[in-house]
Amino acid sequence: MSRLAIQKTYKLYIGGKFPRSESGRFYAINNSKGNLIANMCLASRKDFRNAVVIARNAQSSWANSSALNKGQILYRIAEMLEGRKEQFIAELIAQGETAENAKTEVLLAIDRLVYFAGWSDKYQQFFSCINPVSSAHFNFSVLEPVGVVAVIAPEKQSLLGLISVIAPAIVGGNTVIVLASESKPLSAISFAEVLNSSDVPGGVVNILTGKKEELVNQFASHMDINSIIYCGTDEQLILSISELASNNVKRTTFYKKNDWASDSCESPYFIEKTQEVKTTWHPTEI
Amino acid sequence: MIPNLDNLPVYDTAGVNERIARFCSRSIKSNSKLEGLRLALSMVDLTTLEGKDTTGKVQQICYKAMHPHDTLKNIPTVAAVCVYPAQVANAVKALKDSGIQVASVATAFPSGQSSLEVKLLDTKFAVDQGANEIDMVISRGQFLAGNYQYVFDEIVAVKKVCGQAHLKVILETGELDTLDNVRKASELAIYAGADFIKTSTGKIQPAATMQVTYVMLDAIKDYYIKTGKMIGMKPAGGISTSKIALQYLVMLNEVLGEKWMNKNYFRFGASSLVNDILMQLVKAETGIYQSSNYFSKD
Repeated sequence: MSRLAIQKTYKLYIGGKFPRSESGRFYAINNSKGNLIANMCLASRKDFRNAVVIARNAQSSWANSSALNKGQILYRIAEMLEGRKEQFIAELIAQGETAENAKTEVLLAIDRLVYFAGWSDKYQQFFSCINPVSSAHFNFSVLEPVGVVAVIAPEKQSLLGLISVIAPAIVGGNTVIVLASESKPLSAISFAEVLNSSDVPGGVVNILTGKKEELVNQFASHMDINSIIYCGTDEQLILSISELASNNVKRTTFYKKNDWASDSCESPYFIEKTQEVKTTWHPTEI
Repeated sequence: MIPNLDNLPVYDTAGVNERIARFCSRSIKSNSKLEGLRLALSMVDLTTLEGKDTTGKVQQICYKAMHPHDTLKNIPTVAAVCVYPAQVANAVKALKDSGIQVASVATAFPSGQSSLEVKLLDTKFAVDQGANEIDMVISRGQFLAGNYQYVFDEIVAVKKVCGQAHLKVILETGELDTLDNVRKASELAIYAGADFIKTSTGKIQPAATMQVTYVMLDAIKDYYIKTGKMIGMKPAGGISTSKIALQYLVMLNEVLGEKWMNKNYFRFGASSLVNDILMQLVKAETGIYQSSNYFSKD
């Protein structure tokens, strides 16, 4: 008698746990031949709301952990991903990538984590400065994380794109809520398993799967989100995000690039996108 | 006279939990939810009970009590402000004729470990300062040692000193260990003349739970059936979200009924609950999820 393979149930990743959507809904992901690969949770705005509460609670302690510690944890994610790369390659192939592209993407994703891990204790020096002022003040500017960042991940390069956007946000002390690629969401949830075994505190990265058209407005309007990153080219969506984000002056970032494999995706300016500059005037004489 | 404590109902924790699970599964949406939230807000005893309370802090929460939110329309004020005796005069002055009650804890709150004489003076001081409501603590040590008469007499004595002020009796259920003890203490308080019975001081964990509140509501119900007198209920401590507050209201409605669904017979002892209710109300009005950054911290 042949053995029945055990199929994985893909669920959401919120606060270090894998809950189903509170709505009980799901949607089907098919391969190019039209065969079902997996059913994904169709996250609702309540799932998002719950994730925001958790990400908010996790933010200050994550920001206050040392730069070294954050770097170590990012490196740890890379280590875990390296150990499971075959699974990720297979998953990308199942979702329509060629074998060669899938392998390149996974290896680049691992390297990208290592790249941003290295910046953890360096970006502050890179962007901070002492400012010349014409009064008796010592004036300096440093970066601080914006807080809770909502991310709409790239539709293509669903693993590499996701990692390229969240790694710089979390290395800078933010917590994130990500809406995974709608058409290729499998890698994002498998990546959540990697995060969960990499000493990433619960709530630092939260991953939802679902429909952009349902959730993007919630992402953009929620008053407790400090910054929103949208990866895509839909100008109508960009306009609507910009308008909604203006309610609480969220920092908006729009990445319209198509190729997350290019060298231009490795830059500390990706970290700076989710940082605020704090300038201090310190009196030097009385 | 002290009630007979021998023939009280005995509570089966599993059964109580099952009943409560049913209260928590009621679906309350849209208009009912908004009504429930407004009702909950009108029942809040906005509380600050800290050693570091200052005149300014008390004035601030009194302002919050009178004006919970700047732009929301059709929202009630809270029911009362709850402070230490030393802050009662400040609160009375700040609330003026707003109709909001001033509640004061008394009787060597929170432990109650003092002499009867001191407790009565403490109560008298709060009443003289202008408190309309007194939240007293029972002597849990005496209760657990079985000196029910002592606990009963103490409540009677405090009630006498209260005069016109309403008396809420805090059982501190977190220290009573069993639901049967909670029922016993409820009986003592009700028969000794409490206008309200209250779960907790907020200084001991666990504070209010639905289980102990259910048992206390049950005691109130039996007393009502027997005598026709309505006693109020105040869960306090740990009720910080709208969702939990609505679950308590469901329980209140299903155990005691509509007559109790107002601030004269039910209160929430809380502080952060107010902001959570306001955030929900603003969300309902604007469709946008809110952040606590935009609500006053107090």
